[in-house]
Amino acid sequence: MEEGGGVTKKFLYVNRKAPYGSIYALESLEVVLIGAAFEQDVSLAFIDDGVYQLKKNQSTDGIGMKNFSPTYNALGDYDINKIYVDKDSLEQRGLSLDDLMNLTYEDENDNYAEKPSISLVNSEELAALMEQQDVVLSF
Amino acid sequence: MTLHIVNKSPFETNSLETCLRLARSGHCVLLFEDGVYGASKGTRFEALLTEAMQNCKIHVLLPDFEARGMKADNLIAGIETVDYLGFVDLVTASERVQSWL
Amino acid sequence: MKLGIMVSEGPYQHQASDSAYNFTKAALEKGHEIFRVFFYHDGVNNATRLTVPPQDDRNIVNRWSELAKQYDLDLVVCIAAAQRRGLLDENEAKRNGKDANNIAEGFRISGLGQLIEAGIQSERLVVFGD
Repeated sequence: MEEGGGVTKKFLYVNRKAPYGSIYALESLEVVLIGAAFEQDVSLAFIDDGVYQLKKNQSTDGIGMKNFSPTYNALGDYDINKIYVDKDSLEQRGLSLDDLMNLTYEDENDNYAEKPSISLVNSEELAALMEQQDVVLSF
Repeated sequence: MTLHIVNKSPFETNSLETCLRLARSGHCVLLFEDGVYGASKGTRFEALLTEAMQNCKIHVLLPDFEARGMKADNLIAGIETVDYLGFVDLVTASERVQSWL
Repeated sequence: MKLGIMVSEGPYQHQASDSAYNFTKAALEKGHEIFRVFFYHDGVNNATRLTVPPQDDRNIVNRWSELAKQYDLDLVVCIAAAQRRGLLDENEAKRNGKDANNIAEGFRISGLGQLIEAGIQSERLVVFGD
């Protein structure tokens, strides 16, 4: 446990950029993983091109860059299981939930049953979620 | 109340459009850096801004607007100007700041 | 009020560092406390003392150093982002077997936890980036 002064705040990580074309997606994920040690109330939102970060079947062999998409699968082990995907952004890109990685977590309050971490949200739900936050980190 | 800060021209990215889609009634929006282009009269985004102002207050960082060759009278009616001190006041008056990078 | 600042872009390429500086200065002039300025992504390049901007331009790096001195600011550069981009202090240079360091006065290198802590301790956090 690192120093947080015993305070729990609601942190929202807002991801609006596609992976590989720039480093924001990767370095955002690094913050999320480090931040997990602080035991804050963490949510992730994927909006606009950010939804591409969660696309399944990423394969970077041909571009000489590290495929960091498997790391999203580890988020559940860090107790990060509130992952919100903006439905509008997904649909505008011709994608559906089936095109995204199947991110899950084990629910310790339900006999460690495996549950999906991703929720599709509409604009109203996403706006409401944003309004509950204490800290919004944008990438 | 959330303060949304938008630093992108609406002609370059959809940051402003997504911001206005997700901003709730009573929120504030500050346009700064290249975001100030969204505040000028006569662009194809004027209707979007005018509609948003029915629910949200929209501000523009005047130093950024003026740096780009525009004056306060080029602003869409209803948009308020602030300087950096005013920017600080908007931040402290809000409950959270969301940056639309 | 206690404020935290995050700067995600380097100097000169993008206005983010200028905006963050102008905002920080205004907040300090109004009597607010800046808990920390955290430099991430290419923002770590705001901390290199090796920049030589033209005489008639602003010196972005020195400006941050001077503000830090005047107000005792905590300017923190993310270590992971800094290592990728070649921004080192004396310890990091030694630890990684490099022959030089380039961090400017008033900045320190530390972990990403410092950003989370800034989020926890500050009453508002403002992100400047691209």
